[in-house]
Amino acid sequence: MKILVTAKRVEDPESKIKVKPDGTGIVQEGLKYKINPFDEIAVEEGLRLVAKHGGEVVVVSIGGKEVHEQLRHALAMGAHKAVWVNHTGPLDQMGVAGLLQKVVEKEKPDLVILGKQSIDDDQNQVGQYLAEWLGWGQATFASKAESFDSENEKNKVPALVVGADNKTVRVVREVDGGLATVECQLPAVVTTDLRLNQPRYASLPGIMKAKSKPIEELIPAGLGVDVTPKLTVTKMSAPPARKAGIKVPDVATLVEKLKTEAKVI
Amino acid sequence: MDFQLTDEQRALQETARKYAREVIRPKAAYYDETAQFPLDLIEKGFELGLLNLAVPAEYGGLGLSHLDGVIATEELAWGCAGVATSMIANDLALLPILIGGTDEQKRRFVTPFTKELKFASFGLTEPGAGSDVAGMSTTLRREGDHYVLNGQKQFITNGEHASQYTVFATTDRSKRHKGITCVVIEGRPKGMTVGKHENKMGQRASNTVTLTFEDVRVPVENRIGEEGEGFRIAMETLDNSRPLTAIVATGIARAAMEHAIDYAKQRQQFGRPIAEFQGIQFMLADMGMQIQAARLLTYQSAWMLDQGQKNTLVSSYAKSFAADMAMKVTTDAVQVFGGYGYMKEYPVEKLMRDAKLIQIYEGTSQVQRIVIARELLR
Ligand SMILES: Cc1cc2nc3c(=O)[nH]c(=O)nc-3n(C[C@H](O)[C@H](O)[C@H](O)COP(=O)(O)OP(=O)(O)OC[C@H]3O[C@@H](n4cnc5c(N)ncnc54)[C@H](O)[C@@H]3O)c2cc1C
Repeated sequence: MKILVTAKRVEDPESKIKVKPDGTGIVQEGLKYKINPFDEIAVEEGLRLVAKHGGEVVVVSIGGKEVHEQLRHALAMGAHKAVWVNHTGPLDQMGVAGLLQKVVEKEKPDLVILGKQSIDDDQNQVGQYLAEWLGWGQATFASKAESFDSENEKNKVPALVVGADNKTVRVVREVDGGLATVECQLPAVVTTDLRLNQPRYASLPGIMKAKSKPIEELIPAGLGVDVTPKLTVTKMSAPPARKAGIKVPDVATLVEKLKTEAKVI
Repeated sequence: MDFQLTDEQRALQETARKYAREVIRPKAAYYDETAQFPLDLIEKGFELGLLNLAVPAEYGGLGLSHLDGVIATEELAWGCAGVATSMIANDLALLPILIGGTDEQKRRFVTPFTKELKFASFGLTEPGAGSDVAGMSTTLRREGDHYVLNGQKQFITNGEHASQYTVFATTDRSKRHKGITCVVIEGRPKGMTVGKHENKMGQRASNTVTLTFEDVRVPVENRIGEEGEGFRIAMETLDNSRPLTAIVATGIARAAMEHAIDYAKQRQQFGRPIAEFQGIQFMLADMGMQIQAARLLTYQSAWMLDQGQKNTLVSSYAKSFAADMAMKVTTDAVQVFGGYGYMKEYPVEKLMRDAKLIQIYEGTSQVQRIVIARELLR
């Protein structure tokens, strides 16, 4: 089977993010970038599925030349080829979904796996738009239940299982307070939650092999997609700084403060 | 001149860093305390391709450049220098074969290491011959189609876990360095004994033993190069490995500096973080500049190898500068931590112990200066 996965370039969650003083965005100088962690999980799940069912994983990223770093990372993990939609400038989630729709129509995958959201603007919309516009079934927030290392978890079937006839996919989803299992006809769109799998490392042999794997370049105009954003970010602001804690002399004062100031008891 | 890492270099640095952070770091203190061999960590490293970095593609390796190897090794050492030393020991043992061996010997003695996790050791030092390599007394006596090996090797990294040994011995003691010959010992032949694991000050995760040879028979086809070529092979091996040792020092120092910065920001004295005191700031500033200088010197010494240039001088600069630098930086990191730095609950005293070894092995800081002075006075 053919699986299309996404690899968005996002700020490294371990780097310190600062909002620009004028609120127009974040300070990009000195930042490091990574593949969106949810997308990395999508790549891993795609690789596991093709290891079982055969086929190939195609990874797609949208952005300037710099997204090659994320594409190469996915190729080094084991993806077979990459599609680069060369676009710089602002893009909203509908623009992204529109571009991905065209890539899907071109590549004709049996399954699209995306991160449920990207950790930079946390929109959680692209997978849903994409499924809707393609007219495909969707299963969001694919997840496993327990810690990856528990014996219980190891013995469990994976959260994504493709039916024996290659016509359906069964997905365990994380929902409020528990799990829901759904079955979708293929082709379908699945989005990944954090607890779906632990992505493999890009091994050194993988990195060397990735050098010779193909990256196909597409441009929005060539795909016939108008990416003019319908949504603009008007202002960004940092969360209020946390105030320093205080020390109280005794339990009585603590109880008093919890009652009158914090109003929690 | 270009100081930019390539995409692949950044990718392998990222993998090595992630491995160091997620696999090595959580168990570094455990292996330091117990001095057990960190086999589980190394197995995972092997899976990721982080061992045998020096092996060319034609012999089953990844065909990385020396600079690539240096970039990855800094991360390993940042995780734990003892683990890093054990991980790069294979390179040290395989290099003499890659430098002086025939194609057939490389296929026989090097390629198998790329297929499964195995360890090899490099045996040069003896109880009576450390810095004075040419003074070695382990002997090789030719008897027909084999040699007979007698003597003892001291402080041999990974010796207890190795299944192959690159050993230097003399076929004629009176010839000093011109009598030194290199042979490969496979497995544990009759007459070979491995001593107990030494109880070391630092880098305790790396295994260190003595090897004793009593009438050990070595087939002539296991001789690397000609009789008397061993000294040249050993010296060339050290030219190749000094950048790796230098970058281990750099990785240790970087770890120490990061701990010192974090601690200085958070430790309050006189009503403010100690990072606000100029006395602390200057120590941190010195750490930053020295680490950067050591790294660049090391990169250059590896880059020269990649360009096919002789790097004896620059790699000795790099090794001795980085080793002395790491000693200074880790000592200052303990200073920044004050009394807490002296305690084993905090990570910096280990780094200070680990750093000390770099001034000693693979040519002491004094020996590096002898090499440097000889090159300068030539
Ligand atoms: C943990 C560890 C792992 C090691 N791993 C290996 C290994 O895998 N394989 C291997 O072959 N060896 C290994 N070694 C050995 C290491 O390379 C030697 O310890 C080192 O070369 C120094 O030799 P030595 O200990 O005999 O010291 P010595 O040579 O006795 O030196 C003692 C002191 O005298 C100084 N000195 C000596 N000669 C001079 C001179 N001419 N001028 C000025 N000062 C001088 C030295 O710098 C040093 O300060 C290891 C050592 C250690 C501690």
